[in-house]
Amino acid sequence: MKASAGGYARANDLSHAMELLASSDGSGRVLAGGQSLIAAMNMRLSTGDMLVDISRLSELSGVTEEADTLRIGALTKHVEIGADPLIRAHAPLLAEAVTCIAHAAIRNRGTIGGALAHADPAAEFPACMLALDAIIHIQGSNGERSVAAEDFFEDLFETSLEEDEILTAITVPKAEAGERQVLQEIARRSGDYALVGLCLVARSTGHWVSLLSVGSTPVLAHNAMTLLDQGDVDGAVVALRAEIDPPSDTQASAGYRRHIAGILLRRAVAQAKGEIA
Amino acid sequence: MTRIFADQIDVELTVNGEPVEARVPVGQHVIDFLRQNLGLTGAHASCEHGVCGACTIRVDGSSVRGCLMLAAQLDGADVWTIEGLSDSDSIRDLQEAFIARNALQCGFCTPGMLVAAEELLAQGGVPERTAIREHLSGNYCRCTGYEAIVDAVETVARQRAGQVQSGKVRA
Ligand SMILES: Cc1cc2nc3c(=O)[nH]c(=O)nc-3n(C[C@H](O)[C@H](O)[C@H](O)COP(=O)(O)OP(=O)(O)OC[C@H]3O[C@@H](n4cnc5c(N)ncnc54)[C@H](O)[C@@H]3O)c2cc1C
Ligand code: FES
Ligand code: FES
Repeated sequence: MKASAGGYARANDLSHAMELLASSDGSGRVLAGGQSLIAAMNMRLSTGDMLVDISRLSELSGVTEEADTLRIGALTKHVEIGADPLIRAHAPLLAEAVTCIAHAAIRNRGTIGGALAHADPAAEFPACMLALDAIIHIQGSNGERSVAAEDFFEDLFETSLEEDEILTAITVPKAEAGERQVLQEIARRSGDYALVGLCLVARSTGHWVSLLSVGSTPVLAHNAMTLLDQGDVDGAVVALRAEIDPPSDTQASAGYRRHIAGILLRRAVAQAKGEIA
Repeated sequence: MTRIFADQIDVELTVNGEPVEARVPVGQHVIDFLRQNLGLTGAHASCEHGVCGACTIRVDGSSVRGCLMLAAQLDGADVWTIEGLSDSDSIRDLQEAFIARNALQCGFCTPGMLVAAEELLAQGGVPERTAIREHLSGNYCRCTGYEAIVDAVETVARQRAGQVQSGKVRA
């Protein structure tokens, strides 16, 4: 099948992109890396969009160091996140996630902002945002706003982004000394979306556990987090399996996903303690 | 609707080192543009949703899925396809290794496979076989069973690193 688009315009800068979105009468669609959107257009899952191509807005790309946080531009590509020294030093979870995302050619164009706005519950970056307690920065026609990651993902492929808004950046807290960030997932083949994935961040203030591919959004496993804070790994595994409600589909049954989630938590804890690589 | 959004876009780019100017429909992806407008039929359109890798080409120095980029986005781009890479002799050693190792049968996957493999080889060194497999994991081959492809890529990595003289890998 061939893609159908209503029209195309390339934005020169953020304010131009905002103008273009505003003039599209509600059918505007931001085009970033295109690695989800153009696939959907080719399959005619998305038709008639007025494409606002933001892929060349250099102001939305790159990683910068702030006092206690890193600011990651929405257009920073997966391949750039994987190689960025600031990310590797201060948010290693994201570099780890990149190795699990798709294949080199897709990582060369896909952007972190696109992955978050797309909000696929099987994607790695959305779950990482929850585990890192990230803040998402959004530009709208009425100015800027910021949303906590947990409030950003609303449903399957649905976020708190309005039609006339653009995700501009993410801020993540810098890892403290001794903090561990771990990603564990099971996928059938390299580059496939995971059947289940789990992020664990162990900070002095507590444990953060998020999961991907276990529901319509990425989720934080609050009960498991509380039990990990108390040092009760066995209890956390039981609590985790009880608090998620994964789907059954052609890839895996709900029971299998629940089982795997517990195993991934044990592996993540062992990896965070340095017991396994 | 509004005229700010065009349904045809003018692009100026270079393809295989040659300047190209074209007016393209906005829904057209890069592979259809290369094949239908420029007659460059080396890169293939197969799944058209990013899964198979048959459309892998080089844009601005990086491998990309030609089916997941719009021709309208090509303004100013530097595009290389298998035709240009062949004519410039820049991957001659890799192509010869593919032939020597029987790393292609029907050849459908080969243009994309070569672009993906060259991107790994260009990073230098001699990658482990698992790293070669990982890098090529987004390029499907329905004929060879991959083993011969990995052999060919490994051979060239060793040749380029000066570890072997001919196409033969030391046992
Ligand atoms: C074969 C294949 C395998 C893949 N495997 C994985 C995988 O294993 N894990 C994974 O996480 N991902 C995977 N992906 C998806 C990939 O990571 C995409 O890059 C990502 O989902 C979308 O990013 P993009 O920049 O390409 O966005 P686009 O495709 O350009 O856009 C996606 C959506 O987000 C919107 N959007 C994009 N940027 C913004 C913004 N700044 N503000 C507002 N809205 C915006 C668009 O309007 C669109 O609706 C895979 C993709 C393919 C084709
Ligand atoms: S045709 Fe592009 S990946 Fe299959
Ligand atoms: S040689 Fe036939 S698909 Fe690879």
